[in-house]
Amino acid sequence: MSGVRVLVGTRKGGFILTSDGKRDSWNVTGPHFGGWEIYHIKGSPVDSNRIYASQSSGWFGQVIQRSNDGGQTWEPAGNQFAYDGVPGTHQWYDGTPHPWEFKRVWHLEPSLADPDVVYAGVEDAALFRSTDGAKTWHELPGLRGHGTGSKWTPGAGGLCLHTILQDPTNASRMFIAISAAGAFRTDDSGQSWKAITKGLHSQYIPDPTAEVGHCVHRLGMHRSRPDVLYMQKHWDVLRSDNAGDLWHEVSGNLPTDFGFVIDVHAHEPETIYVVPIKSDSEHFPPEGRLRVYRSRTGGNEWEPLSKGLPQENCYVNVLRDAMSVDTLDPCGIYFGTTGGQVYGSADAGDSWKPIVRDLPAVLSVEVQTLS
Amino acid sequence: MIRVALPQHLQTLARVGAEVEVDVSGSVTQRAVLDALESRYPVLRGTIRDQATFKRRAFVRFYACEEDLSHDPPDTPLPDAVVRGSEPFLIIGALAGG
Repeated sequence: MSGVRVLVGTRKGGFILTSDGKRDSWNVTGPHFGGWEIYHIKGSPVDSNRIYASQSSGWFGQVIQRSNDGGQTWEPAGNQFAYDGVPGTHQWYDGTPHPWEFKRVWHLEPSLADPDVVYAGVEDAALFRSTDGAKTWHELPGLRGHGTGSKWTPGAGGLCLHTILQDPTNASRMFIAISAAGAFRTDDSGQSWKAITKGLHSQYIPDPTAEVGHCVHRLGMHRSRPDVLYMQKHWDVLRSDNAGDLWHEVSGNLPTDFGFVIDVHAHEPETIYVVPIKSDSEHFPPEGRLRVYRSRTGGNEWEPLSKGLPQENCYVNVLRDAMSVDTLDPCGIYFGTTGGQVYGSADAGDSWKPIVRDLPAVLSVEVQTLS
Repeated sequence: MIRVALPQHLQTLARVGAEVEVDVSGSVTQRAVLDALESRYPVLRGTIRDQATFKRRAFVRFYACEEDLSHDPPDTPLPDAVVRGSEPFLIIGALAGG
């Protein structure tokens, strides 16, 4: 019988929510690694029992955990993230050069083909890869060597590499995004990278159309059409139909085009979801009403989805890695809030229910569809 | 044997109790104790000091015999009571936050 496993990272531990294919009744385990910040937990797409977790603490640094039994038990893996060669400098908030310093792993992206291969997006921004199940890590230095690295500046949350998308049709192609450097693509397995920011316009940087400096919050892709990318930028929702070579805005009738998450329906490549947030200084939903917006046209035309979500006095945020979808039919959509709620929809967003209400602030939500 | 007291999160990570014992050959210093600790519990590498520079993490403190040894050079001999095993070498997660 099919089912789903929702992997939730929070400020104070990880939680695993499981249900059968009806997605009506849920079992909750955790906190795993209680007291630690769990930025991200994600399972291998080729071995659902293999799960990786990023565990970190301002006191005790970075730990990577690995499970081989679907999250029932965990073992610490390798936690040494050494930049390749002399790290050099990026730009600090005040415009001065600042040495690259490893702080934490924001995002773990298991390979589409091999459960022992996993990518890590880290702060200060760099991409690492492990080919031995997270025991050892090696930087793919071509990204920081792009030539613009010295101009990269941290966003409010740090200079973080938070999004990693693998092209399921082309093992050499990958997309990443960095706050606040922008988005990049490799076509040679990470040896070299191209900034894919043409068409972006960001008024908060001196040159609004510069090659780097855009605060990209999240990228989304449907695996059947990897050349079509969606982006939630600091402001603006955008779309590219040519693998990022050119973007155009599809914010359309959204009440605000600021936000963090963006995701794509598992079976409908033109159906996308965002959670509009009032502004970059307020970080809560407009009018205190939590609404997911869905477009069935790949952007521009959006409908609010509010059934089952709080429609008054709601002032939570939904962070960039905190939305995911399952592959059941109808498609399930899940997101977590900084107020500790994880909401699920078993009907592609038409209606929502809280799975849990009182977790620590949710940093990430990932879903495994189990057969 | 040198007694080392660990903060709760590192106890959980290393799957040990509040205090562990490590064998140190030669001069008993911060560096020697941490080397022995990380050798016996590799999962603690990087959680107390940086793996490359061996610099103490900012919010970790070292105490012994009611003294704060955090800023002592890493090769300074530890107090006799720690060497004899009558007092533990304390690794502390510094108080931070409200």
